[in-house]
Formats: sequence, C-alpha cells, structure tokens
Amino acid sequence: MSRSVAGPEIEQLIQLLARLPGLGPRSARRAALHLIKRKDQLLSPLASAMQVAAQSIVVCGQCGNMDTSDPCTICRDPRRDASMICVVEEVGDLWALERAAVINARYHVLGGTLSPLDGRGPDDLNIASLTERAGSGGVTEILLALNATVEGQSTAHYLMDQLEGSGITISRLAHGVPVGGELDYLDEGTLAAAIKARKTL
Amino acid sequence: MDWRDQGIILSVRPHGETSAVVELFTREHGRHLGLVRGGRSRRQRPVLQPGNIVEAEWRARLSEHLGAYMVELSNAYAALALDDRIALAGLNTLTSLARLLPERDPHAALYEAGLVVLGHISDVEIWPGLLVRWELELLNELGFGLDLASCAATGESGDLAYVSPRTGRAVSRAAGEPYRAKLLALPAFLAREQATGPGLPDVLSGFALTGFFFEKHVFEPRNLVMPEARGRLIAALQAAGEA
Repeated sequence: MSRSVAGPEIEQLIQLLARLPGLGPRSARRAALHLIKRKDQLLSPLASAMQVAAQSIVVCGQCGNMDTSDPCTICRDPRRDASMICVVEEVGDLWALERAAVINARYHVLGGTLSPLDGRGPDDLNIASLTERAGSGGVTEILLALNATVEGQSTAHYLMDQLEGSGITISRLAHGVPVGGELDYLDEGTLAAAIKARKTL
Repeated sequence: MDWRDQGIILSVRPHGETSAVVELFTREHGRHLGLVRGGRSRRQRPVLQPGNIVEAEWRARLSEHLGAYMVELSNAYAALALDDRIALAGLNTLTSLARLLPERDPHAALYEAGLVVLGHISDVEIWPGLLVRWELELLNELGFGLDLASCAATGESGDLAYVSPRTGRAVSRAAGEPYRAKLLALPAFLAREQATGPGLPDVLSGFALTGFFFEKHVFEPRNLVMPEARGRLIAALQAAGEA
C-alpha cells in the first residue's frame, strides 16, 4: 500500500490531474509539484481561470461548438461565409481547421459519429439542427469534414441521405497522400484512396 | 500461449490513451479479441479499420486472458469502400453480423466466404449476392440453417420457389402456390446454380429471406436489434434499383 506524501487536498489535486489526457500518476505528481512551487504565478491564476471557464462555458445553440457565449464567436462573426457550413465530428476538429485558417465557413459540430457498437444513433448526434440549418435558406454548400474512418464515412453517407433533395451542394474532404508523405511509408489503405481520388493534370 | 492467424477486423474500441481492444474474425481461432498496444497511434489507425484483413500474432500468458495482438495489414478493404455508400453499408453489415458468432469458435468456411465478399467489395454487381450467401452460411453456423435442397412437401429438388417461415425448408412452386401469401420467396440464385449473377430483385428477396430468419432465431430471442447498416444497405440497393 502506498503512503500519502501530502495532505488530502494535494492528493486530490494529483488524482484529478492524472485524469487529464497525456498525464499518468507520476507526471500528475510532477505537474502538481510544479504548480505548488509556483503558487502565485501559476496555481492561483490557473485555478481562477478554470473557475471562470467552468462558469461561463456553454454549448452554442446553433452549431454545437463550445464557447463562452451563445451563439458562439464563430456564429456571431459577420465576416464568416454564411452560405457554407463545415460539418465536423468534435470541437477539436473545428479547432484544427481554424488553426489551419483555410476555410472561412461556419461550422456544425455533430458531437461524434454514428456507432452501433457504442449504441450511438442519429438521435444522439447534433443532426436534427443541421437539417434545420440547411433548410433555413442561405446555405448553398455543406462540407462534410469527417474523419476518413469507417465510422466517419458511414456518418457522412447518412448525412448525405438526410440532406438529399435539399438542393444544397454536399462536398467532403479529399482522401489521399498527406503533405510530406512518402509513398514508401504510406499504408495500403491510404494509397488505395489516393489512387481512387487521382486528378487529371 | 501464442499463435499466428489471418483475420477480418470486426471492431476497434479505444483502451486507455494509446491502445485499442481489437476484435478479429480469424480463420482458425474464430471471433477473438486482443489488445493492440499503440492501436490508437497515427500509424496503426489506418490499419485498424473494420473490414480490413490483417495478419495477427496473439500472445498471452494464459489462454483465457485477453492477450495482445501484433497486427500487420494484409488487405485494406475499408479504404476501398469509404467513398461508396453501398459498399460501406455492405462492409458494415458483414462486420456487424459476424459479431453474432460465439467467441473463440472457429468457422473457417464462413471466414473464407467473408474474404470472397470483401474481395469483390468494389464490384456492386457481384458482392451483394455473395453477401446474401454469406448470411445464409452465418445462419447455418449459428445453428439455424435453411434447408434449400428439396421441397418440404414433395421431396422434389426442381422449381423451388418458396421457403416455409416456420421450418426454414424450401417449397416447390406447385406445392406452395395455394399458400404463397404465407410463404417467403426463394430467389432463383439460392435455389440452383446460375451461370450469371443474380439481379437486384433477387438480391433484395434474398436479404428479406435471411433477414426474416435472423430476426426470428437470432435477434428477437436475444432481445437484440438488426444492425442499422443492414437496413441502410437494403435501402441504398432499393434506391439504386429505382434510379
């Protein structure tokens, strides 16, 4: 049985930190020690920032994004192209696309993919509000930026069925060779997808 | 304990931050689970897609343990099906239904038949008929096989056109005619060998036949529901037929 080296408050801090992605019990202990040593510069500001975030974070009623206001910053931005909706699985995917700054569209976060294995059906995803947005007028293109996995693409096909007949252009991300990817090192699946999606020059 | 075998990936569940519990349908060891360390890595994720064929090595201290897999991609059928909604629904149907098999019980013939279906997944003229045959074989392996060799009423083997929903036995056209409203249609490609592949109406009729017996013998008694992918596959095939 391991002995506690600190009071229950610090032990609880370590246990909570250990639940974060990328951190195990040892690294959580190291992080906790780092925070404790820099109480004024790090621990207190971090605690108050987390407190403020926990109180103000809401899910955007329009797109399903997480922000501190509803509608979220992206939905409120008048410079965004309102005629295009980019559909993503999770908020992390939205952040990744925003980081790349390659698209000026509005988003729609599904909250996952259809997964019979996990008992996640269409009613568990943010699909009804997407069809509602698609039918509200002004939208001319929906980009399905879903993962190139069996679950992601099954969800994309389901959405295509749902949006069929709406008169909106439905597009999806290309699959194939990543930038900097060497053919030698690519898996057969990616190569097959790249060959299937080849372009005439 | 260790063995090497080839298998179809049926499902992948995240385990911790980096690993995955992978369910394979292997040739000699049946439906078998194992842990793939690093299974959520960028390198392994394209390999660990349902429908792909892998060469797997399984190791465990005791045979009853979950054990760990080392997998290497053999055929990337998932990538071939991603763009095609019908093919993807077919692939999902096969992998979902194969999960009905008992664990660690080999079904080599069914495995080989599954490989044939996946091997033709790019050719929509061929694989739906093969999938119907695979479903019949699955019913057989689960202990609910249909007897389509001869007529239940007359014993004749010619002109079989119906299947009794009660017994799962074929019925000839002449004997079944008075009861046709109560009988299930038996598509010609399941009744006898044909030089050409089945047409879409026959394929749909085949799915209706196997679907009925799956519901009756497998899903209802276990309080399960038919995989959604199968419904999507049938709807997509019907839509393709109407187009």
